[in-house]
Amino acid sequence: MADSALIQVESLSKAFGLRVVLRGVSFKVGRGELIALLGANGSGKTTLLRILATLSQPSGGSVVIGGWQLPKESAAVRGQLGVVTHLPLLYDDLSAMENLRLYAELYNLPQELGTAALQARLSDSLARVGLAKRTNDRVRTFSRGMQQRLALARAVLHDPAILLLDEPYTGLDAHGSALLDSLIAEWQAQGRTIIAALHDLPRAAALCKRALILGGGKLAADLPMPDPESLIATFNALTPS
Amino acid sequence: MRRTSFSRAVIAVARKDLRAEFRSRLLISAMGLFALLTTMIFYYTLESRPEARRAVLPAALWVTVTFAGTLGIGRSLAAEHDRGTLDGLMLSPVPRSALYFGKLAVAWLFTLIVALVVTLALSIVFNTNLLRLDWVLIAALGTLGFAAIGTLLGSMAVYARSRETTLPILVLPVALPIITAAVNAAHGVLDNQPFEEWIAYPLLLASVDVVFLALAYLLFDFVLEE
Repeated sequence: MADSALIQVESLSKAFGLRVVLRGVSFKVGRGELIALLGANGSGKTTLLRILATLSQPSGGSVVIGGWQLPKESAAVRGQLGVVTHLPLLYDDLSAMENLRLYAELYNLPQELGTAALQARLSDSLARVGLAKRTNDRVRTFSRGMQQRLALARAVLHDPAILLLDEPYTGLDAHGSALLDSLIAEWQAQGRTIIAALHDLPRAAALCKRALILGGGKLAADLPMPDPESLIATFNALTPS
Repeated sequence: MRRTSFSRAVIAVARKDLRAEFRSRLLISAMGLFALLTTMIFYYTLESRPEARRAVLPAALWVTVTFAGTLGIGRSLAAEHDRGTLDGLMLSPVPRSALYFGKLAVAWLFTLIVALVVTLALSIVFNTNLLRLDWVLIAALGTLGFAAIGTLLGSMAVYARSRETTLPILVLPVALPIITAAVNAAHGVLDNQPFEEWIAYPLLLASVDVVFLALAYLLFDFVLEE
């Protein structure tokens, strides 16, 4: 990876009290890469993504995103990030449109786009995730899968350069999963950099070009994506249960 | 990307809280019910001591408002934490203190509403007119300071395992100067004391409000760090 990497992580460590979750993790991510972040439950995937998302501070090491050092310059980085977690980060008592509008306001979109363009973007976003007919329904009435689809629309509303996806397939049925597959392909074609924490190894092998495997809080492997069988064998060898 | 202005972010967060509460009515109904029940308990326990009622009225109001406010602020922040929406707000490129002031604005409004409802209830059950401008001004100053410190410490308490007990333990000692000053000022109003004899208390309230707001502005970023 060249030094012009978009994301540079060096000797990253994170501890919660005496419990060390990440130890000496280092890797670089180039612009436009699509990376699968793999590891057993509790291996530190979510913690790593939360640090990259500026939601958590590292205990040691350094993280640089787009030339900005975390956590010192977190505010500058946030506008470049789109984040999907296993929770949808939505308000139950607001409608789908109201939820998106809230996030649009926090990302300054009304001023950047103007009223008409913003309205078009909000409507397009809902249509793209198949929620055009539920625009004014409260999120409380949505199934878990529909909430996750709305969360995907929320994450890319401000056109971020980097997407951090933590178990993005949570709650999605077969149609929803296929939709997310196509969205990820679309986002990559648009040049976005994507890091996705995934449990489904065959899906990771099909989607991504590179795999980072965490084991025992360390980066156990950083490899070009092999075929599904080899990935499963490598994963099992590196992350014994 | 140009960042959203501080005031726009505050308004967006406050409007979101108001809209959600207008639909669910979870917070205001819980706070209001709690406050009215507490008022009734004060009324029945003081029924046989009419001479003590007047002396107890200001304390009854502020004890009720303090506990109802703690309940409401705790619930509001706990809901943000449990649904992950606090993370959603923190991911946005706005100053985190803007998130604080948005949450504070609604916490203050709800606590002030509770204070006014309890004032009305106390006026009715104790047959004393408390809905006066000076009383309302004291309520506004007192609830602002309480909401300021409650929102700040509540944002810390949501990460605690036993947050329902952690929040009152954190808030009540720190809010003591506010409660004491508000009760003393309310006594001055209730006893029709000359203005200059009790004006020090509203001034103290205003000063404490400024200190708490400034502290929250400076500290809120660190409060939310994981």
